Amino acid sequence: MTATVAPEKDVTKSGKSGKSAKKPASDRSSAENKLGLKLVAPAVVLMLLVTAYPMLQALYLSLFRYRLTAPDDRAFVGVDNYLTILSDDQFWLSTGTTVLIMVVTVAVELVIGFAFAMVMHRIVFARGLMRTSILIPYGIITVVSAFAWQFAFSLNNGFVNAWFNWLPWIAEDTNWFGDYWHAMFAIMVSEIWKTTPFMALLLLAGLAQVSEDMLEAAKVDGATWTQRLTKVILPNMRAAIMVAVLFRALDAYRIFDNIFVMTKGAEGTQSISFLTYRQVIEQMQLGLGSAMSVLLFLSVLLLAWLIVKLFRVDLAQARGEG
Amino acid sequence: METRSSTGSRLRPRSRRAAGSVAALALASSLLAACGGDGGKPELVWYINPDSGGQDAVAEKCSTDDYTISTQVLPQDAGQQRIQLARRLAAKDPSIDLMSIDPPFTAEFADAGFLAEVPQDAKTQLEEQGTFKGALDAATWNDQLVVFPFWSNTQVLWYRKSFVDKAGIDMSQPVTWDQIIDAASENDGKVAVQANKYEGYVVWINALVEGAGGTILENPEEGVDADITLGDEAGKQAAGIIEKLATSEAAPADLSVSNEGTAGSTFGSDQGSFLVNWTYIFKNYDETAPDVAEDIGYTRYPQTVEGEESRPPYGGIGIGVSAYSDEQELALEAAQCLVSPESQGINADLTGNMPASTQGYDYPKLKEQYPADLLELFQTSVDAAAPRTVTPYWSDVSGSIQNIWHPPRSVNDDTPGRSTTFIEDVLKGGDLL
Repeated sequence: MTATVAPEKDVTKSGKSGKSAKKPASDRSSAENKLGLKLVAPAVVLMLLVTAYPMLQALYLSLFRYRLTAPDDRAFVGVDNYLTILSDDQFWLSTGTTVLIMVVTVAVELVIGFAFAMVMHRIVFARGLMRTSILIPYGIITVVSAFAWQFAFSLNNGFVNAWFNWLPWIAEDTNWFGDYWHAMFAIMVSEIWKTTPFMALLLLAGLAQVSEDMLEAAKVDGATWTQRLTKVILPNMRAAIMVAVLFRALDAYRIFDNIFVMTKGAEGTQSISFLTYRQVIEQMQLGLGSAMSVLLFLSVLLLAWLIVKLFRVDLAQARGEG
Repeated sequence: METRSSTGSRLRPRSRRAAGSVAALALASSLLAACGGDGGKPELVWYINPDSGGQDAVAEKCSTDDYTISTQVLPQDAGQQRIQLARRLAAKDPSIDLMSIDPPFTAEFADAGFLAEVPQDAKTQLEEQGTFKGALDAATWNDQLVVFPFWSNTQVLWYRKSFVDKAGIDMSQPVTWDQIIDAASENDGKVAVQANKYEGYVVWINALVEGAGGTILENPEEGVDADITLGDEAGKQAAGIIEKLATSEAAPADLSVSNEGTAGSTFGSDQGSFLVNWTYIFKNYDETAPDVAEDIGYTRYPQTVEGEESRPPYGGIGIGVSAYSDEQELALEAAQCLVSPESQGINADLTGNMPASTQGYDYPKLKEQYPADLLELFQTSVDAAAPRTVTPYWSDVSGSIQNIWHPPRSVNDDTPGRSTTFIEDVLKGGDLL
């Protein structure tokens, strides 16, 4: 059986075909466009003030040696800050750690989130209660959930060691924040617990778009549950899955709170965001820190571009736009 | 047109205008009240580190008819206190008048021009009340006294009397780190220290290095060009002790995440034997574990090298007056009251953080609460204490040491040398921290 995908009759293809289909605008539509531009202008100006200005300021500061507690020592250094960062082992180690966290958490969240989405979609009894229960972790502030998990894994007052010491690799005195892999496990568990509901929510939206008619037809054709899942459901919610992966991957790449609370970057667990925080906030190195921020921004952009290109994500289609 | 208030009742335009005027009036009066304190009396805002009420009590005592001192609590972590204060001071925030500053960050604040100059009469007062030399050294930058020493803390070696009886160690004589690690290892005990990746770990490393006759850095006035001497012989001896503890049976399971609180818990557990910690530990178990409280013994901080006097850690708080305060004169006057011997005594009584002067120790309630020999030990320890090097770049130095020396089990003979190179690179902007 081949994959059955709903025809994309209402989806305007992006790119050349969309452009070539454009007709010359009438007076009325061009007046409407102008009105539209005027209406969004205040919002655009505000956005430029609150986002573009700080970004340009960061770009400018990144070219200086500038420390907040030694303002007289400020000097233009060109791209030296960028060279320092890119030739530093810690930057690449932190990048590796961040990518590892991103890949593992997004993969696990995708699987668990899909299971949750199926439950939320299919459940008949106590549907509201079940959906609310699944979404609770997402409603909890990340710092609070990080503290909760830190206490859970704590050697002194946590329950993880006491409950799971029957497992061969967990003992009464396992120090979860005492080495890289244990600490990374704890950080990832916290991250997965907190954000899986978000993934489930995005997948639930995709699941709702799968036509019941196609599923019925597959059933009549004698398709098993696995065949319906892999040949009908998953291909039809591909766009939703890719958007969920894109959103969560970008989020996970900027992981900060869990690491700040649980290890403060000890045992090599610092992420790129945490390393940036240390330069800007702790060391008050506005120049070096701004350069780190710019690199973080560029790497997030690159990541987004890669995911969009590699997985051919169509954001317009995922949003149901025509 | 009618509108709805937030409570759902209908308001006519006139009453809406009236409500607006009342709200504006209320806002204006609350803003005025915030500016002027009660009845126009200036309000001095003192940013304090969290404690059990000592600084609040002193603020109330030192409030006069001319000004009221109110307190604002800073975060628990010393590094976070530094960040919060420095960011606001860099923005020339006038709402900070007085602040409690941890000694290692005093030089950084003074060098950045954040602190008002301490007047001569205040210096005379501090000398007359017998302020400890260590406290004055830690409060001085570029030969200028820049903060008012308020309390001076030091660490001593706390031990469980029952444990040393079992192990057969004579605690009336100076003990070395080797001795206590061996004794604990052989008798199923744990040596509790602070070795998380934080400032407290550097406090321990500094004490070990100074105890071996060395220092972390020399010529701090050279700024980023200071000589890093951590890689010398003393640094290696310090690394040897950390390596020995971390790889011994005496290492607590939570060694790499241990702080003052968790070390206190280890000491209070069945495996508790020795603990290096600040003065307030003496009262730590009075309510929670009275049997442990009765079992506590104390002596001078352990020696790094046998026969060489130990250099206990120095901690404490100095009160700085903001250079951007609108009430600088009054704040300087208030600071003198806050660090008077009586104020230091009141604070010590309520918090267990010991006075920064000999006259502060004369506070009657302190003598009732602490044994005379312990008060004497505190004073001799403060006198012999080795403050962390006073440099505006301490946070870089400390952060670099934490990066290389943590976790403790990774420390070996190469660690001091590696950290020397790393500190130099970080100070010169060649490495990320």
